[in-house]
Amino acid sequence: MIRLPFVLLFSAFLFSAGVYGVLARRNAVMVLMAIELMLNAVNVNLVAFSSSLHDVGGQIFALFVIAVAAAEVGIGLAIVILLFRNRASINVDEVNLLKW
Amino acid sequence: MTVDYHAILPELILAGTIMLVLVVDLFLPARLKWGSMPIGLIGVLGSLVAVLTLLGDERATFGGAFVVDNFAVLFKVFFLVAAVIVLAVSRHYIDQPGYYQGEYYFLLLTSFLGCLLMPSSRDLLMLFIALELVSAPGFLMAAFRKWTVTGVEGGLKFFLIGVLSTAVMLFGMSLIYGLTGGKTRLDEVAGALGKLDASQEAMALASILFVVVGFAFKVSAFPFQFWAPDTYEGAPVPVAAFLAVASKAAGFAGLLQLMFVAFIGQHEFWVPIFAFLAIATMTIGNLVALQQRQFVRLLAYSGIAQAGYILLPFALVTTDQAVNQQAFASATAYILIYGIMNLGAFAVAVALSKRSPRLLISDFAGVARVAPFLAVGMTLFMVSLAGVPPAAGFWAKILIFGAAISRGEVLGPLLAAIMVVNSVVSVFYYLAIARQMIFQPLEDTTPVRTPVLLAGVVGLSMAALLFFFLLPGTFSRLADISTLVA
Repeated sequence: MIRLPFVLLFSAFLFSAGVYGVLARRNAVMVLMAIELMLNAVNVNLVAFSSSLHDVGGQIFALFVIAVAAAEVGIGLAIVILLFRNRASINVDEVNLLKW
Repeated sequence: MTVDYHAILPELILAGTIMLVLVVDLFLPARLKWGSMPIGLIGVLGSLVAVLTLLGDERATFGGAFVVDNFAVLFKVFFLVAAVIVLAVSRHYIDQPGYYQGEYYFLLLTSFLGCLLMPSSRDLLMLFIALELVSAPGFLMAAFRKWTVTGVEGGLKFFLIGVLSTAVMLFGMSLIYGLTGGKTRLDEVAGALGKLDASQEAMALASILFVVVGFAFKVSAFPFQFWAPDTYEGAPVPVAAFLAVASKAAGFAGLLQLMFVAFIGQHEFWVPIFAFLAIATMTIGNLVALQQRQFVRLLAYSGIAQAGYILLPFALVTTDQAVNQQAFASATAYILIYGIMNLGAFAVAVALSKRSPRLLISDFAGVARVAPFLAVGMTLFMVSLAGVPPAAGFWAKILIFGAAISRGEVLGPLLAAIMVVNSVVSVFYYLAIARQMIFQPLEDTTPVRTPVLLAGVVGLSMAALLFFFLLPGTFSRLADISTLVA
């Protein structure tokens, strides 16, 4: 049995790695992957709490998060494909037509 | 576990309509694709009837995660009326080559289903599902003009910031779930958060901040406001209307429940944060709006400023329940009035978009001569957004102002003063639109054909604003009886 604080540290690390990826990556698909890391950190948290509290609610929550994350990746990839068709590039830094 | 089907009847009717729209679209010939809209409209009206049968009821189902009370009913009626208006506004705008009408109405109604769920959600999980149900179809609708670079750019920005803030919010929710020992119902969360010891308290405060982020994005509050103008400009105008009104109101409905029910015990921590958010949001919105050349962008910045006004009552929360009640009622009243006036302004924009597709403010010069009705309507909506009589926006501002003054101490009057200064600044750009339409010489003399649906929406919004101006007691009472402050 792994103790709870270690799992929470792991998920905090995962979340931070995701935040770093969102900020540092320029490729839209990589940004999407980084957001997935953040959502998975949430799932790790929920399942860890769920097992240490002996409460099934957290696992149900995690299932919903997984389902919604899948739907969101679908939407995100659709928008990234549109971007590629319009500009032949998926670099998020070049998405700068509109400002102020 | 038995399910109270009467309580979820409005959602069931709307969900059935959504399925019907999706299937019927397959069998409609190309020139009758607009037929999805009347089907959706009938479904929305049916759902509205179902909500009205719940009037005055107190019901809870799904273990208390889904509640129907005055607060929920008031917001559901508001969202369904907004759905009728957005559907009516979409009818002629979307009926153009390149738009997939069946899919559009499917996505729009799905988003409204999320809006309906939001004020009934009394559980962190339900709030998350409702928020996502509003957002996810919204991402697709924002990028609906997929042949334009601006449309895709607006959609991508909306999507990335939306998913990022959702992830942060979920991280906060997962920590709250753990800290409270497995509680997700809002009232239980409030109870459990009150019993934490000092070391856990710090963690709880950070989690509250995380959760607020998800909703701050939805209502386009200060650090998360930059997607709004880009997305509104790139999206079809009716979608911008949806995002500016229904989606924002849904965000506020969720935020009201979280702050006034679940996190009320920690108000000393988050009141200064909300004070800062409110001041920054309204000031940035108003200052940047001053220099806008495009009408939808102007409405986006105006919407950011208005979100700042609605955030202000959150910063008024104290331990005194009477003050909280007043703050809650003023926020609710402002959201409802904001919805009416903004939908009216977007309806006028849709009516003028055939004539000037780019909707630059300079295109509006002298429109009063070819479309006097639209110009009068727009003038009233602008006057109302500015908070000047004779329109209901005036009373909405007075309510927030009064709540701020009666809170007292230093913070209340200070916030009230900043709000007044901001309102004065906003008068310049709101009335500049009216001036452009009425007093500038007409350049383009093509007559404006206003479809009956659009004229009806503009007329009804004007009537509602004047009605609430003459009888301010009606909506402040509606807001009063629908409070969640115990």
